[in-house]
Amino acid sequence: MKKRLTPLNPQRRGFIKRFSAGLIGGVLGLVPFLSGLAVLFDPLRRKSAGASAIHVASLSAIPEDGTPRKFSVLASRADAWNKSPQTPIGAVYLRRTGPKTVKAFNVVCPHAGCFVEFVAARKSYYCPCHRSAFALDGAIASASPAKRGLDELEVEIRNGTEVWVKFQNFLAGKAEKIPA
Amino acid sequence: MKFFDWLDGRTGYRKIIHEALYENVPGGARWRYVWGSTLTFTLAVQFITGIFLWMAYSPSSQTAWESVYYIQNEMTGGWLLRGIHHFTAQAMTILLVLHLMQVIIDGAYKAPREVNFWFGVALLFLVLGLSLTGYLLPWDQKGYWATKVATNIMALTPIIGPALQKILIGGADYGHHTLTRFFALHAGVLPGLIIVLLVGHIYLFRRHGLTAKEPRRRPDAPFWPDQLLKDAVACLAVLAVIMVFVLKGGAELGAPADPSEPFAAARPEWYFLFLFQLLEYFKGQYGFFDAPIVGALILPGLIMLILVLMPIVGKWRLGHRFNLSFTVALLLGAAMLTAIAVRHDAKDADYNASLRTAHRDSERVKVLARARGIPPSGAAALLREDAFAQGPRIFARNCASCHRYDGHDGLAQVPSDPQSAPDLKGFASREWIAGMLDPARISSSNYFGATKFADGKMAKWVKRNVPKHTAEQQAQMRQIVIALSAEAQLKSQRALDEKDSAEIKAGREFIDGDVACTECHKFHKENEEATAPDLTGYGSRQWMIDFITNPAHERFYGKRSDRMPAYGVEKMLDQKQIEMVVDWLRGDWFEPDTDLVSK
Repeated sequence: MKKRLTPLNPQRRGFIKRFSAGLIGGVLGLVPFLSGLAVLFDPLRRKSAGASAIHVASLSAIPEDGTPRKFSVLASRADAWNKSPQTPIGAVYLRRTGPKTVKAFNVVCPHAGCFVEFVAARKSYYCPCHRSAFALDGAIASASPAKRGLDELEVEIRNGTEVWVKFQNFLAGKAEKIPA
Repeated sequence: MKFFDWLDGRTGYRKIIHEALYENVPGGARWRYVWGSTLTFTLAVQFITGIFLWMAYSPSSQTAWESVYYIQNEMTGGWLLRGIHHFTAQAMTILLVLHLMQVIIDGAYKAPREVNFWFGVALLFLVLGLSLTGYLLPWDQKGYWATKVATNIMALTPIIGPALQKILIGGADYGHHTLTRFFALHAGVLPGLIIVLLVGHIYLFRRHGLTAKEPRRRPDAPFWPDQLLKDAVACLAVLAVIMVFVLKGGAELGAPADPSEPFAAARPEWYFLFLFQLLEYFKGQYGFFDAPIVGALILPGLIMLILVLMPIVGKWRLGHRFNLSFTVALLLGAAMLTAIAVRHDAKDADYNASLRTAHRDSERVKVLARARGIPPSGAAALLREDAFAQGPRIFARNCASCHRYDGHDGLAQVPSDPQSAPDLKGFASREWIAGMLDPARISSSNYFGATKFADGKMAKWVKRNVPKHTAEQQAQMRQIVIALSAEAQLKSQRALDEKDSAEIKAGREFIDGDVACTECHKFHKENEEATAPDLTGYGSRQWMIDFITNPAHERFYGKRSDRMPAYGVEKMLDQKQIEMVVDWLRGDWFEPDTDLVSK
């Protein structure tokens, strides 16, 4: 059997050797690890697409009596390496407030991000997840867990008939509208 | 320090660290003992970089290449991470050979270390398995076709071969499940087995101690710090070499795999080239079974067997010498086969043309992917619909048996058939038309030389009239060239055409008037007399599409058309293919905005 040797007087055994061994060991570990971390943290560099006006519907498709109607929002979407033309990126409720004026709400509930439904019988929006309720104008009904009303989006009527919405999502759960 | 005392009381970690650091190194630290540590180090690098790559890799036939492209070209530090993983894999193979050599030279495989030697041999094959599976994962042309060859050979195994192949590739053909299976092997099964065997390998190594090189030059010393420092320096050197490769070249990513686009230059990774070359010598059928089985399975199997038996053979008086000479012969043989393969490829014109095309494709697809984004159907579609990529291929397959493009077939190969139709490089450009109207060139092989028009009306007219032209008429001819070329609306001449609008106007009038091209040709207005090709829009996109669709149409050569087939009418090419070859000939393919290119 071999004999284990305990070093004599370890303090005196080449400090430089220990130090360089440790240093080199650190470099050896850090190079692969840091290059991996760079890739891991790559998403921090990416920003959300930002709001741009999207043609959502024609004016005539929105009920004239002021009942809101849901429309899908289609846009070309980039997902990592893929670019997909005209895919649904969300939905909006459009409601007429006059013959040539329209209001738009993002269907995403500002409480936790579910989709709200418009219930015609009660003339209000309900969220199926945590029972938040919103009035026709988007304001929170009392006893809702949501901290703010539905997120209103900018609307523009182009060429007299086209409804363009500046589509955007906002952070859920906050009292203020903060772009997501 | 109370915490550490507590921790030691519960775990005994100090003893473990002590065991690890104060292992006895008989005869003191030496450089020749570093190989095992460098291998452990490279394996650790592969685990670290592999797990990070895993976070961005997506194994499916529509996302594998695409996600690797994204890692390599779009993600911060992705090229570095992938480069390290790629070249460390290659370094590992070299270190494996060095480690094995040392074990055999020093007789470290002999009793009592037989079992540990077998652990090592098993590890060697598991690591080679990692290389083999990893080669396919980027799903580029090279990996795809090379791996396909490997799995096809596997299918030749008697009786179980076809079933084995189906199980490995997850179906009858390559697809999503090939990738999910290879990836599970590469990132799960093989690394898991390696960890288990490596623990055993190191445990047995510790149990029997280091095989000392005699004579011992110095007294025994503990592993820490002298040997560990040497190991660390060796690992640093390995890492430095890897980094040189990463920074100088980087990991390659070919064009995305395309089952409809065979890749003649597919080769396995360089350290498997000897096997590839070995297969060259085993072709056809040996009675009961297929010959490649000998080169791919039986011979390597025998070599493996001898390797495994080395500890037993080593007991024999001459056993060690046999083992040593066998290993050296094996390495020399592999080196020789590799050299033959490399030299053979270097001289092979088909191989080199294929490599050039592959390189062109891989550069092109990156440009397209960056400028347009990759469609959900995958990046191969980008190349399939791209005039720059497909034009020369279509030309080489369909046109180059008669025509040429700058003297070659579009893919820089000179076809075996002699040229018998015009060279179409720069077709309808000013230079090209000037050559057509040059009495010295119109009947040369680059124009009408080998066609039945070599002595036709046009050639006769040029040869009879042009030499007699006065200075004024020569000027008219120049303007005709400019005007006729402007009909093509070539991208490369856009600026020139704009600048020379006055000359174009004059030239058009000469075509119809003084020079009287319209005696035979139609040009912008009805012409019942016309018997020669319509010069209206000559060389324009639509003109060329129509021409290739049917050169014997009355608008072109009519009944007097030579050998050229009506590619569209006879459905030899579809509309898209005709458009792509036309766009390529006209130099009109998608080009991204310059700021995208420079990015």
